[in-house]
Amino acid sequence: MSNPILAVDGLTKRFGRPPAQVRAVEDVSFTVAPGEVVGLVGESGSGKSTIGRLALRLVDPTAGTILFDGQDVSTLPERRLTPLRRRAQMIFQDPYASLNPRLRVSGILGEALAAHGLARGRRRERMAELLDLVGLPPEHLDRFPHEFSGGQRQRIGIARALAVEPGLIVADEPVSALDVSVQAQVLNLLQDLRARLNLAMLFISHDLDVVELLCDRVVVLYLGRVMEIGPTAEVAARPRHPYTRALLAASPKADPDGARIARLLKGDIPSPIAPPSGCVFRTRCPLAVEACARDVPPMHEAGDGHRFACLRDASEMREAA
Amino acid sequence: MNAPALLFLRRLFRRKLVLLAALVLLAIVVVALAAPWVSPFDPGAMRVVRRLRPPSAEHWLGTDELGRDVLSRIIYGARASLGIGFSVVLASCLTGTLFGILAGYDRRLDGPIMRVVDALMALPDILLAIFLVAVLGASAGNVVLALAIVYTPRVVRVVRASTLVVRELPFVEAARALGVGTPRILTVHILLNVASPILIQATFIFAYAVLAEAGLSFLGAGVPPEIPTWGTMIASGQQYADRAFWTVLYPGLAIVLSALSLQILGDGLRDMLDPKLRKAL
Amino acid sequence: MTEPLLSIEDLEVRFRTEDGEVAPVTGVDVSVAPGETVALVGESGSGKSVSSLAVMGLLPRPAGRVAKGRILYRTKAGETIDLAQASPDRVRRLRGAEIAMIFQEPMTSLNPVLTAGEQIAESVRLHLRLDRRGALRRAQEMLELVEIPAAAKRLHDYPHQMSGGMRQRVMIALAMACNPRLLIADEPTTALDVTIQAQILALIDRLRRETGMGVLFITHNLGVVAEVADRVAVMYAGRIVETGPVGDLFRHPRHPYTAGLLDSLPARATRGPDGRRHVRSIPGSLGRAAAIRDACAFAPRCDRVREECRRTAPPLEAIGVDRAARCLFWREM
Repeated sequence: MSNPILAVDGLTKRFGRPPAQVRAVEDVSFTVAPGEVVGLVGESGSGKSTIGRLALRLVDPTAGTILFDGQDVSTLPERRLTPLRRRAQMIFQDPYASLNPRLRVSGILGEALAAHGLARGRRRERMAELLDLVGLPPEHLDRFPHEFSGGQRQRIGIARALAVEPGLIVADEPVSALDVSVQAQVLNLLQDLRARLNLAMLFISHDLDVVELLCDRVVVLYLGRVMEIGPTAEVAARPRHPYTRALLAASPKADPDGARIARLLKGDIPSPIAPPSGCVFRTRCPLAVEACARDVPPMHEAGDGHRFACLRDASEMREAA
Repeated sequence: MNAPALLFLRRLFRRKLVLLAALVLLAIVVVALAAPWVSPFDPGAMRVVRRLRPPSAEHWLGTDELGRDVLSRIIYGARASLGIGFSVVLASCLTGTLFGILAGYDRRLDGPIMRVVDALMALPDILLAIFLVAVLGASAGNVVLALAIVYTPRVVRVVRASTLVVRELPFVEAARALGVGTPRILTVHILLNVASPILIQATFIFAYAVLAEAGLSFLGAGVPPEIPTWGTMIASGQQYADRAFWTVLYPGLAIVLSALSLQILGDGLRDMLDPKLRKAL
Repeated sequence: MTEPLLSIEDLEVRFRTEDGEVAPVTGVDVSVAPGETVALVGESGSGKSVSSLAVMGLLPRPAGRVAKGRILYRTKAGETIDLAQASPDRVRRLRGAEIAMIFQEPMTSLNPVLTAGEQIAESVRLHLRLDRRGALRRAQEMLELVEIPAAAKRLHDYPHQMSGGMRQRVMIALAMACNPRLLIADEPTTALDVTIQAQILALIDRLRRETGMGVLFITHNLGVVAEVADRVAVMYAGRIVETGPVGDLFRHPRHPYTAGLLDSLPARATRGPDGRRHVRSIPGSLGRAAAIRDACAFAPRCDRVREECRRTAPPLEAIGVDRAARCLFWREM
């Protein structure tokens, strides 16, 4: 495999001070290869959005390293981040709040080009190209955000991210605020763009179906820690961590013939201010044993880059049961 | 004209009272600007033989204790009163916006700026203004300065609160991710999106400043009596109020009319610029 | 089939706005029988939530009103009343006593200054005429019913001290406190995490089975529909475009919109010639389709559209005993 465009190692982020310190991200490590789409999946408190912002240095890490194109950017001051700002971009969940309502589309895209001195002398032409890339006509350059539907706004947000020709895009739940029919359009657009532009993506989502569609590999997170990581198809077909299994079982399938109302996880997600000792998932885990409370489980290899952090192996447990 | 502007105009015309207030203000401003042409007499011309005359065909609003035409003095007084009010608005909104955005955007500046704001807001407006004028000396310029200091903290608070909301919005994050410089983020992304609350505050401060100038001048802690403002007119007319009510009533009405119009306009703007109001009526 | 508890017939709701009058709902026909879960599915702007507000008599006044149609409800006493015509006072008494509602955001639907126990007790004292002690006892029973652990302690918690899932349980307890015969659930799990959503769906389903209440479940999520619903009504641009039993409707959609919606699901993606998986999407967006009166509102986005579709507004046509579709060409689906 080629050198990763992004490699995070031991990434940790804590907000605030004890005793009210939020442990948003704890010791997270993974890589993203050029052109690869990696999904970050988890529920509230999983730290998935924070990881995306850490990767772009919109938030400063408490510990750990972030290698971008082989360079450690985890402690660079803002003024030295210009290369990162050119190579890595973000698209957002909320199509309404992610565009400045006071700027026309030309102002929004123009700012992105101006920030890096791109397309001097042929800005308008370049902006029209960008709109074309996301499937919007060039006349839209002179309109304001409120004149567009949610799906169209999301396309404009994608065009803004593409303006600097990035190698990596952090996509934070880019389709979860959209209606199903519009969501499909945007998913197809992202699928096309990654192929045409050889884009790497960090795709943050709570929707496993969307992740299965778009991502080559997936990182399953719970309370700031990696539970399982591996090729998406492999993780979906043979989940090894009990949390991954529960998550897959709980997500509703649009299949009326399938089993109704799956086996349920008991209880609530604990607060990231006081996460459980040892394995953070043990309080809701159907397989938890005493040892789970003692140590943070190490990553186990399951072959082909499929790894999981569990003292017990869910697939063996299933066979035993 | 773009769609938001059209929508704004349509809302304005739907609210009759707000429209009326805006027209009244417009009329007062036009008259004040055109004072040399519309005023029937020289506001300083004294004719002691005609002192304290009641309203008549010649002097529509009567004359004061020195025989000066009250209407002409109200017209010229509008220049001073509104001019002072407008200067206060300009000064307090400019400084208030600057400090408000800095306090809202930069955590390190937030504490120091807001402590000063809290301290200033702990003092009663009019007492602070009297104290400042007393220290600085009574002149129109110092009244503006004093009132600007009194009202700036309000602007800082409003702008800071709005900035705290706007800076967390994804489009600001997007700009940061693009490497857009802080000055541009503060102006294009934040200032443009906190403009509505500033505009609303500006109208209210205008009203307060007109009232406060009148109050200060009435107490003798404001504009020197030889300059006609609505406040100085009431101050000098008060001892004759029992015999010549018109010397205080009409400048008083001018104050009430303009302050009321400004307040109605401010309330109206607040309603019209509220995004929650977009659909339901 | 048992006699329906609720039957909405040809409902039309109008709103006055700054841009003149609009009709977000123009053709809703839906019924709910006791013990049955009917899902009202649609995307944003389809009119599903406005329809449910009309049933509850909660349309914002005076801007919104029922302009046409009937909302027939069969009361415990056995009489049938039209909620669209009944006095607001009558509707208010039914609401809470016989018809209950739960919403998407339990935080804003709960009173932040009252504890969970106080809110439930207040409601049951009003409707069931219990004294203070009895009402609190009932409140605790209700919290136990919705599987809140340590209910006796939780009784004294304020909404802000609870997680989103816990608050939704309290909302459900509040709704169930007066033994409703009809529960209207408006996107009750949309704001929740999937593992919590699964718990809440299972809870609502259990309560339905145990009490025999009818459930009108409003959602945009087809996966949730497949899990909870007996029958489905699909809405588009203010109209029901298709109804039917969940299995039949998912397997053989009779309206192009339903078919398109199902194909839009990422789980149904198919591998394209480029080797990547793509979803079949519906082109365009809802836009101002609700204003289309004399044509099929879905025609601008329909891949099977014909000339007739742009000239005639299709009626909701019955297909067999328990299905219906609002498409001129449903036979060709």
